[in-house]
Amino acid sequence: MAKVDFAVGIGGAAGQGIATPGDILALIFARRGLHLNAYNAYQSIIRGGHTFLTIRTSDEPVRSMGDKLDLLIPLNQDTMDRHLNLMRAGSAVLFDGDKIKPGTAAAGVQLGALPIRELMGTSKNPNAANTIALGAALQMLGVDFNTLEDILARQFKKKGDAVIAENVNVARAGYEHAAAHLQPFPFKLPKLDRQLAVLDGNKALAMGGAAAGVKFYCAYPMSPATGVLHWFAGHARQIGAMVRQVEDEIGVINMAIGAAHTGCRAMCATSGGGFALMTEALGAASMMEIPVVCINVQRAGPATGVPTKTEQGDLWQMLGAGQGDYPRLIVAPTSIADCFKTVPELFNLVDKFQCPGIVLSDLLVSEGRASVDPGELDFNVKIDRGETIGLNGDREKKALPLGGYKRYKITDSGISPRALPGTPGLEHVVATDDHMEDGVLISDEFTNPHKRRAMHEKRMRKMDGVLPLIEAPKLSGPASAPVTLVGWGSTAGVIREAVEKLAGEEGVAAGHLQIKWLVPLHADEITRILSASKKVIIVENNYSGQFARYLRGETGFTAHAHIRKYDGEPFMPHHIVDGVKAILAGETNVYVPTHEIMV
Amino acid sequence: MAIETEVKTLTATETRPLTAKDFKGKVDPDWCPGCGDFGVLSALQQALAELGLQPHQVITISGIGCSSNLPGYIGTYGMHTLHGRALAVATGAALGNHELKIIATGGDGDGYGIGGNHFVHTMRRNVDLTYIVMDNQIYGLTTGQCSPTSAKGMKTKSTPFGSVENPINPIPMAIIGGATYVARGFSGNQKHLVELIKGGIQHKGFALIDVFSPCVTYNKDNTYQWFRPRIKTLEEMKHDPTNLHAAIDKGMLWGDEIPIGLFWKRTDLPSLDQLEPVLTEGGSLAHRPLGIPAETAKSLVAELM
Repeated sequence: MAKVDFAVGIGGAAGQGIATPGDILALIFARRGLHLNAYNAYQSIIRGGHTFLTIRTSDEPVRSMGDKLDLLIPLNQDTMDRHLNLMRAGSAVLFDGDKIKPGTAAAGVQLGALPIRELMGTSKNPNAANTIALGAALQMLGVDFNTLEDILARQFKKKGDAVIAENVNVARAGYEHAAAHLQPFPFKLPKLDRQLAVLDGNKALAMGGAAAGVKFYCAYPMSPATGVLHWFAGHARQIGAMVRQVEDEIGVINMAIGAAHTGCRAMCATSGGGFALMTEALGAASMMEIPVVCINVQRAGPATGVPTKTEQGDLWQMLGAGQGDYPRLIVAPTSIADCFKTVPELFNLVDKFQCPGIVLSDLLVSEGRASVDPGELDFNVKIDRGETIGLNGDREKKALPLGGYKRYKITDSGISPRALPGTPGLEHVVATDDHMEDGVLISDEFTNPHKRRAMHEKRMRKMDGVLPLIEAPKLSGPASAPVTLVGWGSTAGVIREAVEKLAGEEGVAAGHLQIKWLVPLHADEITRILSASKKVIIVENNYSGQFARYLRGETGFTAHAHIRKYDGEPFMPHHIVDGVKAILAGETNVYVPTHEIMV
Repeated sequence: MAIETEVKTLTATETRPLTAKDFKGKVDPDWCPGCGDFGVLSALQQALAELGLQPHQVITISGIGCSSNLPGYIGTYGMHTLHGRALAVATGAALGNHELKIIATGGDGDGYGIGGNHFVHTMRRNVDLTYIVMDNQIYGLTTGQCSPTSAKGMKTKSTPFGSVENPINPIPMAIIGGATYVARGFSGNQKHLVELIKGGIQHKGFALIDVFSPCVTYNKDNTYQWFRPRIKTLEEMKHDPTNLHAAIDKGMLWGDEIPIGLFWKRTDLPSLDQLEPVLTEGGSLAHRPLGIPAETAKSLVAELM
């Protein structure tokens, strides 16, 4: 049982400086060895709107933003008005008493009006209220002021000593005000004998790419995938990678393919709209048999959709990306730490099977932040380039006959040794037209149905080899449970938490099956597990039950009920708990929770 | 024509001087008899041989279209990519292994139409590659529609009453767009074309060689017979390819007198690979060892704490 489970909400208009106190709190928690999970609800606006950051911390792993807030820091009236009614007894609200009126709070909510003008002293910093509130909050959590001082010095290092001093002064004013006038929380924030790292999923994907040996990364900026580009751009020289911002996503994927063909591990990331532009080239990578990794960070669609909101609505887009049948791998990481681990694993597979690999992330996992044990960010990963000839000039070692090289040699596995350009004597053409074993086209002067069939079967046969190499999903919890929840990708954490809540608060035992590898799909194993389950509920962040339909298509298994959400915000644990209860009570087979928080 | 001295060190396993025949592809072209593209192919093969390049040192990258079938007919490494995407793929290849000689080939529809965005951006980046456009002012493989370089008024299957649109003029566009070697050749003037291609390959930076390559099947307007009396070399015209304004003026000429030759060349701008610190040492990215040194890994994780 967790000793502490504490969530802070900081809200205001974009531009009011919510990120900084958020970053500082995250660092303080992680440096004390506490786990955290942070989710920022924001809009596609640079100034204005309503941004709301939830940071939840605990001595135990934190898998979602949770269901409740213990501390609210509204930086404007709007945030106060939207969120105060969700505050419960024992929680506190810290706000600028000069500017913001609290309204009516539930009994037992401590309303901490801060006299900001007075506490600012001589400071002219327009965002001083944020730092003052932060100081007050940390005092109420029993954190030493020195801790905050150290972090402020780090945070504002680039801005110079004067800025650091000013922030430290106002933070101290807030800290001292709280000591004198406010009721502390009934516990002190623990300090454990460890330190955790904090990162978002985009960084984890980028770092996973770096670990895998990505030498070429390119992208066109698109929310919520841009964080991957930012990480690579900032670290390109340190890790020795070429990073390019390209004119459009068609250029992105084709450039990555060009670099990959020469032998680089190449990667790119985008969201659904950019991915739509890439689809023809993904088929081309598969036809030319060039390994490349593309990340799709899903956001709420269709079209421009809701650019800053999350959804799992692109599954069918991935499944159907591009004309014709072609081998592709699709994997949806289940957590931020898993983002890091998945990319090197996927690169080994795409190198081995010489086809495109798609990482299906979403805004929730890519822009959400979490604590990770630094030991989990192990860059010493296994690297397997598959049957590649000519790397570092190793042509001689392979002893292939000059002139007799067949790039697309038909083999039992479907894998044909791939010679890199520059290798003497193995010149060949890779083509997006279908071709014979030696690369010569079969589509122009003459066609040959037998050769077409043989080559198409060779390509597609590669998929048979993939399944044994990827981990099958495992059921957690008893198979005999009255309910089995099935999710895919980023929802692993929130579903797991919902399962714990169901057991702890509702007395309902539930199993949980989370799917990570979507293509190829462990259809037999999934069918075996689900056939033995009493009531299968599929939980997914989309309107039409895209995974449920895919599962039915691949296995013939039809889920008993569904919990779906497509309002742009991620599931909170109680949404799933309420859904399970409603479904078990026979009220509905498709439960769509209402997101209570207006962000 | 002045030839630059900069040629990359050859790491050939074969020392015998090669001829154009050594650059023959696995199959013969399936172009229509009389197609202008035959002349471009043989000029390119001749240029590679004369430059002393080995087949494995070169990669020929195309899009889709009649002329984009060229990589299949030449004995170098090759990529026959998607319609319009040759330059994007070629840029990736040029950065992935900057020790390769990159030749991009294609047609006017492929390069100036569907690939127009990549064309513009590849020029401004001054990517070190040679782009040979076989410009026949028509869509051939789709059996004769109007192209981005079709003349105003041209009747095609998609413009049966005559095109009302103005064509693209790739020469001034490339000069303004940042290409550092801009030339135009004529498939009917082999010797001249070989020299232009050699100059383009030796040029460090983005070289465009737009080649009049008549489509004998679908373009009955811009034929060899139409071009021959109009074409005049810039050498005869005493054009100075380092004069920007003269280059643009010459590029705008069209009608009774159409110049071919080297319009524009500058050697004072570094190419993209030269600007990228990541490439300054360690050889081509493609052949560098993978993995992150322990010290670097440690510092990457430390940033998060």
